[in-house]
Amino acid sequence: MAQDKCHLITQVGQPQVSHCATPLPVQESLALGKHLGKALPAVSPSPAAGRVHDDLKEMLDSNKDSLKLEAMKRIVAMIARGKNASDLFPAVVKNVACKNIEVKKLVYVYLVRYAEEQQDLALLSISTFQRGLKDPNQLIRASALRVLSSIRVPIIVPIMMLAIKEAASDMSPYVRKTAAHAIPKLYSLDSDQKDQLIEVIEKLLADKTTLVAGSVVMAFEEVCPERIDLIHKNYRKLCNLLIDVEEWGQVVIINMLTRYARTQFLSPNQNESLLEESAEKAFYGSEEEDTKEPKAEAASLAKRKPYVMDPDHRLLLRNTKPLLQSRNAAVVMAVAQLYFHLAPKAEVGVIAKALVRLLRSHRSVQYVVLQNVATMSIKRRGMFEPYLKSFYIRSTDPTQIKILKLEVLTNLANETNISTILREFQTYIRSMDKDFVAATIQAIGRCATNIGKVRDTCLNGLVQLLSNRDELVVAESVVVIKKLLQMQPAQHSEIIKHMAKLTDNIQVPMARASILWLIGEYCEHVPKIAPDVLRKMAKSFTNEEDIVKLQVINLAAKLYLTNSKQSKLLTQYVLNLAKYDQNYDIRDRARFIRQLIVPTEKSGALNKYAKKLFLAQKPAPILESSFKDRDHFQLGSLSHLLNAKAVGYQELPDWPDEAPDPSVRNVEVRGAPQGAGCMGGQGGSVSEESGSSSSSSSSSGSEEEEEEEEEGSGEQSEDKEEEEKRPKRKDKEGSRKAAMGSAGRYPLGKRGSSVNPFSLNPAVTPPPPQPIPSSSIISTSLVTDLEGLTLTDTSLTPAVSVPHALPGMSRDPCPSWGLQVGGSASHTPAPRPRQLLSPAFGAVRTYELLHRMAGEGLSVEYCFSRRPFPGDPHMVAVHIQISNNTDAEVKSLRVSEPKLLSGMRIQEFPEIGTRLAPGDTANVVMGIDFCDSTQAANFQLCTHTRHFYVSIQPPVGELMAPVFMSENEFKKEQGEWGTGTGGSQPRR
Amino acid sequence: MIHSLFLINCSGDIFLEKHWKSVVSQSVCDYFFEAQEKAIDVENVPPVISTPHHYLISIYRDKIFFVSVIQSEVPPLFVIEFLHRVADTFQDYFGECSETAIKDNVVIVYELLEEMLDNGFPLATESNILKELIKPPTILRSVVNSITGSSNVGDTLPTGQLSNIPWRRAGVKYTNNEAYFDVVEEIDAIIDKSGSTVFAEIQGVIDSCIKLSGMPDLSLSFMNPRLLDDVSFHPCIRFKRWESERVLSFIPPDGNFRLISYRVSSQNLVAIPVYVKHMISFKENSSSGRFDVTIGPKQNMGKTVESVVMTVHMPKAVLNMNLTATQGSYTFDPVTKVLTWDVGKITPQKLPNLKGLVNLQSGAPKPEENPSLNIQFKIQQLAISGLKVNRLDMYGEKYKPFKGVKYITKAGKFQVRT
Repeated sequence: MAQDKCHLITQVGQPQVSHCATPLPVQESLALGKHLGKALPAVSPSPAAGRVHDDLKEMLDSNKDSLKLEAMKRIVAMIARGKNASDLFPAVVKNVACKNIEVKKLVYVYLVRYAEEQQDLALLSISTFQRGLKDPNQLIRASALRVLSSIRVPIIVPIMMLAIKEAASDMSPYVRKTAAHAIPKLYSLDSDQKDQLIEVIEKLLADKTTLVAGSVVMAFEEVCPERIDLIHKNYRKLCNLLIDVEEWGQVVIINMLTRYARTQFLSPNQNESLLEESAEKAFYGSEEEDTKEPKAEAASLAKRKPYVMDPDHRLLLRNTKPLLQSRNAAVVMAVAQLYFHLAPKAEVGVIAKALVRLLRSHRSVQYVVLQNVATMSIKRRGMFEPYLKSFYIRSTDPTQIKILKLEVLTNLANETNISTILREFQTYIRSMDKDFVAATIQAIGRCATNIGKVRDTCLNGLVQLLSNRDELVVAESVVVIKKLLQMQPAQHSEIIKHMAKLTDNIQVPMARASILWLIGEYCEHVPKIAPDVLRKMAKSFTNEEDIVKLQVINLAAKLYLTNSKQSKLLTQYVLNLAKYDQNYDIRDRARFIRQLIVPTEKSGALNKYAKKLFLAQKPAPILESSFKDRDHFQLGSLSHLLNAKAVGYQELPDWPDEAPDPSVRNVEVRGAPQGAGCMGGQGGSVSEESGSSSSSSSSSGSEEEEEEEEEGSGEQSEDKEEEEKRPKRKDKEGSRKAAMGSAGRYPLGKRGSSVNPFSLNPAVTPPPPQPIPSSSIISTSLVTDLEGLTLTDTSLTPAVSVPHALPGMSRDPCPSWGLQVGGSASHTPAPRPRQLLSPAFGAVRTYELLHRMAGEGLSVEYCFSRRPFPGDPHMVAVHIQISNNTDAEVKSLRVSEPKLLSGMRIQEFPEIGTRLAPGDTANVVMGIDFCDSTQAANFQLCTHTRHFYVSIQPPVGELMAPVFMSENEFKKEQGEWGTGTGGSQPRR
Repeated sequence: MIHSLFLINCSGDIFLEKHWKSVVSQSVCDYFFEAQEKAIDVENVPPVISTPHHYLISIYRDKIFFVSVIQSEVPPLFVIEFLHRVADTFQDYFGECSETAIKDNVVIVYELLEEMLDNGFPLATESNILKELIKPPTILRSVVNSITGSSNVGDTLPTGQLSNIPWRRAGVKYTNNEAYFDVVEEIDAIIDKSGSTVFAEIQGVIDSCIKLSGMPDLSLSFMNPRLLDDVSFHPCIRFKRWESERVLSFIPPDGNFRLISYRVSSQNLVAIPVYVKHMISFKENSSSGRFDVTIGPKQNMGKTVESVVMTVHMPKAVLNMNLTATQGSYTFDPVTKVLTWDVGKITPQKLPNLKGLVNLQSGAPKPEENPSLNIQFKIQQLAISGLKVNRLDMYGEKYKPFKGVKYITKAGKFQVRT
């Protein structure tokens, strides 16, 4: 190290110090530093450096680890100072398999730094890492993957891909975490791998450990932030894990979930009238109360208005709130922005306290937090009002912090606190920091425009400042006064006169220009002074700044129009001066104005309107915060800070008008009825739950609420339990919640539902949405279709896997299979002759249409007979069995008033005219065209005395007809239908 | 996320660079130097600078600029917080975060940076994990290393990274088991000209030094936990327990760490322990002014106010000051115009006073503003908010630890306007 320095110094030309053996004294290096930095690139390949490297090479080649270590340390020190050590690559890379851990680590450091430049040589080291990937020790596997993925050599992309894929299913969560880290590295190296990487991300997103969660979301954000659909299934899990994820991961997850929530939930503030009410509540009610029972409040609000917060939305808000107490400012900020963007107005207040706390932190943290507070305080002033005094400025604050605090104070000003704030401002005006004083004057101007009550007070204060000794202060005041006067000029001719006098003294161009403009604009209020001012200005015209010259011309023109007797000659003089000015803008302006105001034969119609043009009423400028409307950027982001879109910024989407299907977030939880360990369960207990819920779940708002409360109380009782195994307990809770979620709220018959019957192991993700050439993966649409099947039909619960989803059919020995949608022709492309297979019967299941109790003795069951319905090929035949369990006879059974969705048709069975004696049963067949949907067909079943409302809901499987198709045919068909939108798919 | 890091000293030398992705040329720092020049004062360098291809996010700590290079959108606080964590780690490892310390330990610094970030995303930032991976340098160890040729890099693989409690390493053993808590409270206040309080609040922290063997599970309770208005926690604290019982329950990290920091609500009346009488005036049309300041204690529950120091940034027009102090000593730096008066302990019988003449630049207009006085002080064995630790219980281990709590009150940002 010392030697290196010596050589450099020689280069710079100070030979006298080149003999120092120890590291340089600080001052010397300080003095040289700048030159060194610049000299570096030129120095590196110098012969002197080469010689030094020879000596290092020798050390690296030696057998002694201590020598190697010494050499590596020196090399790393060179790298640290930004010196080129690339010519040592061959010597260093040899040591990649060194036994000494420190040497090895330093070699890794070197390798990662230079591999990009020496790609061929870097390949030598690959085999070592590949060996490391197979090591039984998880930490070695992880570190091998880490280094392998950090070497930016395109040739090894396939190796990296393979390694990442393998590591993603490693037993150790630490290795999986490393795999997640490796994903963005590979992506930046070769973006063509995106599709494959998304698969890996999808797999890792399903991971249940806290260690992986942060890293994989990071990878998600870098590789495929647009694939928000990947989050659905993991949403609740992420919410529940959040508190145990390491802090950096928390930030990334919270930011991502903010975006997610904006696409999936409805705005909690859509109901404006109620909003105000709740805002008031937040204002009067104490903060504590507010925060304690957000849930109860939400519930009570919900009763009054149609908007019901999605329980998942609430889950996110509830689970992020504790993180406001994090010691990490970035986490606090992330939660704050989440609340700002997602929470109902009444609840946003909780973040103020935490943000104010951050103001005690380092200067740079303060700076960022204040920027965000400034934006927030415009939208939600009430939130920070209680903390007004925390934004008071100390003379020791750096200027940039002072100005931001001033901004916040101005935003917070209202009728009640303005007097306090103005008193503070008075102190600030006497500060030594002139930039700050100027900003304060502007702030006073803004307060004056916003709050009419204090306008006169402010104006008087500012006028007093006009006699200030500091010119900057005076100039700033003039500019602000000009803006204020524009609002009510008539009353203030005194001030205008006073300002006219200032033109003699004040030199700041902006201020002079402002005064001239004022006098010109209101020359009718000061008829005696204005021409005099113009006279003076005409005298000094040639020495003025451009901006002042333009205003002189302006003043001259206005006076000419209003008082041409006194100012005609002056105007001519000024215009003549301007005509020969050096600045073309001024020459232009003079020419333009002369044509406009001085009537000649040539001048056209415009001349008549000159007065209107110049002396039109001008709207007063609106003094507003520079932070207004900055909240269209996600708060806390770099883009928000810069007020410009940064590279890679993900737009925060607007709330959707209609809530997307909430059921997409339902997750199947297997073998974990009450959260007893969620790994490895293979049984299908969930279908039981969903089955039982199917009878009652019409998915109404009130029901959701109940469930919400239930969840809450359950959690509280759990709180009292021992907290020893915190993360584990959380896990349980999470899974239990998820189970409840899917059980309680499953809206029957919606497409795109999510209980996935195919994944046997909950850790395995659902199949990806694109068709993948491997035949074992099923297209999503089929998956979703088939899901409906399991939900309504408990007997079809897959105990094994895919083929059993359709009992009966799979047992057919046909070499390849296709399922064709049989309900309607809408999906079928062309009426191609196809061989319809005879339906095979497994156990045909019967469903209850009308229970004996509900039907007062009449019970009705139905089943799908799986035969074509005679008369209409699009209809599904439904076999109905009616049995009379009453004591009396039942007459004239018929169907009436079918309520169907558009497109659905129903072919009623002919009225059973004959009497149905007690104990008798009757069988009828009716046809329903479900139009390929799993929506229920509702109709009334009438007897001679009663009407019963019933509905038939088809499992998707019943809407299909078995068709024989060769493999080629199938592929062709698939190609035509694009990416798996059809209902057919090969088996095996 | 974080692409590269440059460490720059006050005179503008880049003395360390580290890249986590492709190398970014040092020339990117020119934008930073430009901003630095514009800002004049180091305090005013904007933390975020936008350049054509990169964004520079920087912090200033202990006379070093930590400048990180960012290429795409990232929450700025994320980076800032991380950089502070890096500085804290250096502090922790080398005892100070200075240019010399970093240069002397450049290899360890490099190893640390390598572990702390992977591809720009934070990997291991917990001090306990890092110390398992890379041992901090001590004199003894460096002697041993030079003799035996062993290294600073731990050869045991870190297990903390894999556990549910990443902040604590496994297999901790001490012969004396001790747990100390320092309750440190700082008073932030602005006192106006007439002596009335414009703004005052109490900010507190509990710093802990815990040397306990095994896996102790501690719970710390307060006599009056309701005092704490806003609290932020070390990740080890179980949040739910605090919410429900107001008890701090945690498995502590090993060694020194900050357990909580809190704020006592500003609604409560804060007892200001000192008062200041001042008379500062500059005469019109003459090149002198008068300066007369007296500091006195208010009733403070019988505790003495110690280590009182007053610093004043005098206006630029001040050339020199001729003062006499009845107690302590004062210095005036004519370059930075900073007056420092080291008072020491205040005894109520004889109030310390600093009085004398101010020499102003002749001809210059008299300063408009009177400077504000920044006061520092310390009061031992007192938490000004009245917060009291009730008890500390330990579960999970058999031995009896030695426990201690210390209270101290300090002045935070304590400013008197004149």
